[in-house]
Amino acid sequence: MKTFLNKIRNFKIGSTLALLSLTAIWSIPTVGLLITSLRRRDQAETSPWWDVFIDPLNQAWSIDAYSKSLESGMLDSLVNTLVVTIPSVILPLLVAANAAFAFTFIEFKGREIYFAILVGLMIIPLQSALIPVLRGMVAFQKATGLQLTGNYPSAWIIHCAFALPLAIYILRNYMLSLPVSLIEAARVDGASYYQIFWRLVMPMSVPALASFAIFQFLWVWNDYLIAFIFVGEQKSVMTYRLLKLLGQYGEGWQQVAAGSFISLALPLIVFFALQRYFVRGLTAGAVK
Amino acid sequence: MGDILFGILAVLLGAAATYGLYWLLDKLVNLLPPKLADKFKSASFLLPAAVLVILVLVLPMFQTIIWSFMNDSGKEFVGIENYAELFGSAEFISILINNFLWIAVVPAVTVSLGVLFATLGNQVGPTREKILKSLIFMPMTISFVAASTIWGYMYVYVPPGRPEIGLLNSIARALGFDAQPWLQMDGGRLNTFLLMAVIVWLQVGYSMVIISAGIKAVPEETVEAARIDGANGSQVFFRIIVPQIWSTIMSVFVTVLILVMKVFDIVLAMTRGNFNTNVLAFEYYKQFFENSNVGPASAVVTILLLLIIPLMILQIRTVRHQETMR
Repeated sequence: MKTFLNKIRNFKIGSTLALLSLTAIWSIPTVGLLITSLRRRDQAETSPWWDVFIDPLNQAWSIDAYSKSLESGMLDSLVNTLVVTIPSVILPLLVAANAAFAFTFIEFKGREIYFAILVGLMIIPLQSALIPVLRGMVAFQKATGLQLTGNYPSAWIIHCAFALPLAIYILRNYMLSLPVSLIEAARVDGASYYQIFWRLVMPMSVPALASFAIFQFLWVWNDYLIAFIFVGEQKSVMTYRLLKLLGQYGEGWQQVAAGSFISLALPLIVFFALQRYFVRGLTAGAVK
Repeated sequence: MGDILFGILAVLLGAAATYGLYWLLDKLVNLLPPKLADKFKSASFLLPAAVLVILVLVLPMFQTIIWSFMNDSGKEFVGIENYAELFGSAEFISILINNFLWIAVVPAVTVSLGVLFATLGNQVGPTREKILKSLIFMPMTISFVAASTIWGYMYVYVPPGRPEIGLLNSIARALGFDAQPWLQMDGGRLNTFLLMAVIVWLQVGYSMVIISAGIKAVPEETVEAARIDGANGSQVFFRIIVPQIWSTIMSVFVTVLILVMKVFDIVLAMTRGNFNTNVLAFEYYKQFFENSNVGPASAVVTILLLLIIPLMILQIRTVRHQETMR
């Protein structure tokens, strides 16, 4: 009898049930919309989504909403989002790694002060720079004829610049944990800083680079404001199209629902595949 | 197709060009006489980052502050007129009240739920903890726009006579009330609280993960010692564990606070700032992108900046403190 009671106690029924029900509550919103996106249109519009649990046998499933959503522009937006996102991840990674290297291993005047300024810049709201940058780019376009706004490069530049303070901070934190003796030994052997950076520090920093890359990927992928202002209608990204769909309820919830889940697919894959790096990035202070 | 090609080219050329730039900078510094080269060796690593940060962040920020004293087109100096007008309008005061509500409610709720989830997760054993926690954490990957869609569907209102499909209204009906257009109800700022639910839902996972790591780092001996001295569960929690993870809790609180001050997409997607749900970041968007008022828009952002400065100082202090601990 006693062992039986112990077994029950080891099963931790109270905490498990509590956490299980909280998790269920946390999942309801997503599950509701997911089910809606997968039902046949006439049913989705006339009965609530939880009917599929009450009356599971009389349900008609359909992926029409998805194919319709992809055909009506979501596929183009998926491509646009990828083209906005990938350079916006790689570019700041390279620039920040270089700067973080200097902040960690090279002595220069005012290093502490510059770093403190950088830390302060981490939380500057994006909005404080948008109008001047937009006007500056338009002026640049008039002067040179090079089209920046309404196209990808403007988004790459802004995303890169706004990622830098945080990226430098994370990468420097990581580089501080690298063995200094190794770098000093390389110096003694006659290696230049340039060689040390590319041959030693970059390969050793892969975990930190990965966690920042995931974080920046999610940030850019999910961004609306920069994509709206600098890329806009011409190359509309998924958040942009989704918001437009949300504004015109004519098509019903299913189209919006399917669109939402198309936009979620890649981040979810990245998240579940690389969760460990993502969590490591968060604990290193990776939040904008 | 063209876009895919353009993207691939951009990635390859961009990476090559960036690498080439750093290579070139290194060569240039090495051309300098040795004494100068020694002085500038950090510059070859810092220059591109510095140029970007100054051109895209710092200078525009000061330009925005200057424009906040200019008229709608940003050409004429009008003194503090924009600010006077903002603080003189009832609408703007209502915006500030909303921002204050967001700041007062969201970080505290997010942190408390994070502590609750982390504590429960700590008690159910590693496998269950991992699965359940990643489900709660999952919304972190969802964009504010998609999250607003998901929650908009929870709050959906169908006019009487048509079949009910919204969860909140079904609950209301089951309890004997009428279905309501929830997002339009600003009595007691109810709709603002409904918008807050979205960001809490998104951020609790983050709060849980960080606080859970904090709880796991609490030395087992301190908990054991308290138990031997006869402390019960809640005493152990509030007197032993909480004091030891207090700095973690505070850092989560500040992070969520910063995020909440800048909240924008959720308001845009769910109500477009109507029905008394407007906040500073959305008012900025409205002023500039809907009305092209450069001066007032800049003034709104400058107010937001002023509110954020104390947090900036706090952030710098915390980091400096961590540095001296190394």
